[in-house]
Amino acid sequence: MNPTGVGLGVAVAVGVLAAVAAVVAPQRMRTAVVGVGTAACGVAGMAAGICALSGTTFSLSLPSLLPLAGVMVTVDALGGVFLAITGAVAVAAGVYGIGYARQGGNGRLVQAVAPLFVVAMLLVVSAASVGTFLVCWELMALCSLLLVVTEHQRRPHVAEAGRWYAVMTHLGLVAILIGLLVLTANASTDSFPALREAGQHLPPTVAAVVFVLTLAGFGSKAGILPLHAWLPRAHPEAPSHVSALMSAAMVNLGVYGIVRVGLDLLGGGPRWWWLLVLTLGAVSAIYGILQAAMSTDLKRLLGYSTTENMGLVLVGVGAAGMFAAGGDRVLAGLALAAALLHVVNHAAFKTLLFLAAGSVLHGTGSRDLDALGGLRARMPATTAAFGLGALAASALPPGTAFVSEWLLLQALIHGLPASGVATAIAMPLSVAAVALTAGLAVATFVKAFGVGFLARPRSDAAQNATESPATMLAGMGIAGAACVGLALFPTLVLPVIGSVASQVVGSASPALADAVTVRLVGVAGSLSPLMLTIALVVAIVLVIGVLRAVASRRARRAARLWDCGAGPLSARMEYTATSFAEPLQRVFDNVLQPETDVDVTHARESSYLVEAVEYRRRVPDRIERRLYQPILTLIGAWGRAGRRLATGSVHRYLGYGFYTVCGLLILLVVTR
Amino acid sequence: MSALGLVGGVVQPLLVVAGSPVLVGVMRQVRARLEGRAGAGIGQSWRDLRKLFGKESIAPRGTSEVFRFAPLVLVATTVVVAIVVPFVTTESALDPVADLFAVVALLALGTVALALAGLDTGTAFGGMGASREMTIIALVEPTLLVAIFALSVRVGSTNLAAIVSSTLHDPARVISPVSLLAAVALIIVIVAETGRLPVDNPSTHLELTMVHEAMVLEYAGPDLALVELASAMRLTVFLGLLANLFVPWGIATSASPLALLGGVVAVAVKVTLLGAMLAVGEVFLAKVRLFRVPELVAGSFLLALLAVAASFFLA
Repeated sequence: MNPTGVGLGVAVAVGVLAAVAAVVAPQRMRTAVVGVGTAACGVAGMAAGICALSGTTFSLSLPSLLPLAGVMVTVDALGGVFLAITGAVAVAAGVYGIGYARQGGNGRLVQAVAPLFVVAMLLVVSAASVGTFLVCWELMALCSLLLVVTEHQRRPHVAEAGRWYAVMTHLGLVAILIGLLVLTANASTDSFPALREAGQHLPPTVAAVVFVLTLAGFGSKAGILPLHAWLPRAHPEAPSHVSALMSAAMVNLGVYGIVRVGLDLLGGGPRWWWLLVLTLGAVSAIYGILQAAMSTDLKRLLGYSTTENMGLVLVGVGAAGMFAAGGDRVLAGLALAAALLHVVNHAAFKTLLFLAAGSVLHGTGSRDLDALGGLRARMPATTAAFGLGALAASALPPGTAFVSEWLLLQALIHGLPASGVATAIAMPLSVAAVALTAGLAVATFVKAFGVGFLARPRSDAAQNATESPATMLAGMGIAGAACVGLALFPTLVLPVIGSVASQVVGSASPALADAVTVRLVGVAGSLSPLMLTIALVVAIVLVIGVLRAVASRRARRAARLWDCGAGPLSARMEYTATSFAEPLQRVFDNVLQPETDVDVTHARESSYLVEAVEYRRRVPDRIERRLYQPILTLIGAWGRAGRRLATGSVHRYLGYGFYTVCGLLILLVVTR
Repeated sequence: MSALGLVGGVVQPLLVVAGSPVLVGVMRQVRARLEGRAGAGIGQSWRDLRKLFGKESIAPRGTSEVFRFAPLVLVATTVVVAIVVPFVTTESALDPVADLFAVVALLALGTVALALAGLDTGTAFGGMGASREMTIIALVEPTLLVAIFALSVRVGSTNLAAIVSSTLHDPARVISPVSLLAAVALIIVIVAETGRLPVDNPSTHLELTMVHEAMVLEYAGPDLALVELASAMRLTVFLGLLANLFVPWGIATSASPLALLGGVVAVAVKVTLLGAMLAVGEVFLAKVRLFRVPELVAGSFLLALLAVAASFFLA
């Protein structure tokens, strides 16, 4: 057993032990045991992933563990990337969970499920046969479902979110199951190497069916339109460290599935597959960030931002597939490397953001941006953490997303002169989509940070906020350090990611890096985030120096804010998240179609006098309204129609049975 | 890092810092003359700055470090952009930073810092200005990116120095449809981004229409001086970028003193001319309603997109 295998084995063992310990440990120690166990499981998983990335692949076959199919495990470089990400997220979330779970959600079951969830995710990316993969996938879905509904007794919304999640994740499973079974039917065994062999000789229509079905299943896990509806419900309602695990680690596995099945097992495929992926990605990115820009619920905003980022990742994956289909392997490697780097970066900053949002929830009891504000004074560490995460998420330097979006744009821009009309139309549009997403992301995160953490408190809850305990801050610290490291030293990560991408698409490594600068191979392009950051810091120091020299040296004098001479400003005069987003909402009125409701109550004496005006505005998820509501209505109508058949009379039910058996017999007689 | 780039990296920021208040002075003077006023002279901006730097600093109650750091970040981002973008010399002092995406993102970072400062005050004006500014930048940033991408497609690089050198060697490109579409798109977004008419009126403090002025309402003394200086510098940087992307001639290609002097004079003349044209245009324009601004910017976004599409189909 090599280091990769040892790492994976230790991760699974520690995770299962932590789950057992959660059941037997006394309540007082439970969260600490589980938190440390989850973190240790994450460390081992991360170590296994890093070993796999450095070239030590690991294979294991246990034919007797599962009936019929057996268990096959292989950790290769592509799986290693996701193994390392999942492990790292689990470390931060595990440490954070020690403090977070103490104030509720420390029941036996919930605590035992958390480490199992991490183990399941680690096993999904290690699975090397369809049977193993599907079992682990379902285990992951069930664990996450149990974690989502943790607080269902306290808030009714949780149960609703849980129902949505349960139904959608299982429909996704069905799609993946059918897709992979169709693929397996054409292979000798259900192991991935055999499928890879079979994938080469598959008839085009069968391959297309497999791809579209698995794309639907994996896309729904990644929160891609139009199968995203569970994501903005489930992510906000789950406990925050679980949200981090789901949003930063679990959704990635959807991307993993698409890359594994589409590029690896099926070996590429025609251009239209990837054009579909690219389109879905671009639409998801824009739609996700628009909804995020309108959200006033902090965690819902982050959930939609996950849809946006997964959309960007799929733009990269789709572009990679298109380039590979067109024979341009260098660009394909570049686009896939950009997508994978964005997965890594997104995991880092989304973990940080969800943990910080959880800290806000812990300190104030509210996720409503309209009721927050002024947290910088009461929760300085959380504010700094969220600020760092917001900078990283908004694609501004020196943030993490900046580097990966730069790389993505490089791939798209250099792909423009590549052959084909489809490419020529798709590339400019995707450049525009990525650029528009970047612009809207800036507005969204300025809103989240500026309204939520700066200004003055808008409610008593925000006024009396308290900083979170040390373990929670430590969890955020780990995620924050990852963000800073990825932002300043992408040069350490990118060559590794690049070589993984090049293995998948079969090209040379698309990016090189020296100590400070990232250089692309095959196309012109270089960027140095470290140099940029140093230049920025030097410039700030320089400005302070010049200011000291030329400006007056009198001490800063405190003064009143400008209140138009009308007395002190109250919190109600401040801009809220809703009012901040209002101009953007007007701009995208046609897309968002907000619902506004104005009720004017007139005074009794005269209809010219107004007693009260009530204004309500809601920005519904339009896709949900258009696509899901009709389906749900249809199912409801079908159910009601079926009710006439079920009257409760036992005779009638016996009659149904009788006629069915008779019918079957007649059928048999006729056909035989 | 070559000698030419190094010289550019020193000369350019000095030129931008020293010249940008003069540019604003020239623009105000042009407007004043056209409106039949005598005007305060082109040195007035510098005199204003000197006066502001001499005043005491004010810390409005209830604001935090974000409010105090924002002007520094705003100036610093603009200084870094002034160092890396090829204004005077074709080579950049920090070549791996002279990337189009990095430059646009740096300028956006400055705007974000100021918007956060506006929100940090917790006043209605601060929030209003920040909200409007972010709405505009959410549309301006993509347009800027797409427009300059249209120019970088045929060069095969998003490095600004490479784009400028390529235009220098192939003058015929300037009058191609791609360039013209991109130029129109860029002019519109630059007007929007720097807060000039018809998007924002830099010379009024009418509360219902303010964008930039609303955000910076709480600043006074040296902080205000930094904000004013930075907004002048941003205007200069944007105009310089516009000038050198489309008409790069005169830019220094070697580090000889004569070439450098030529480069300085050329960029100064180009930016002053563009500024004067902008000022003349402003005399004849009224401010559009705030909610018409997105239409304007969205229109320019479409033009930029057409430019990218054209850069492929007409290549």
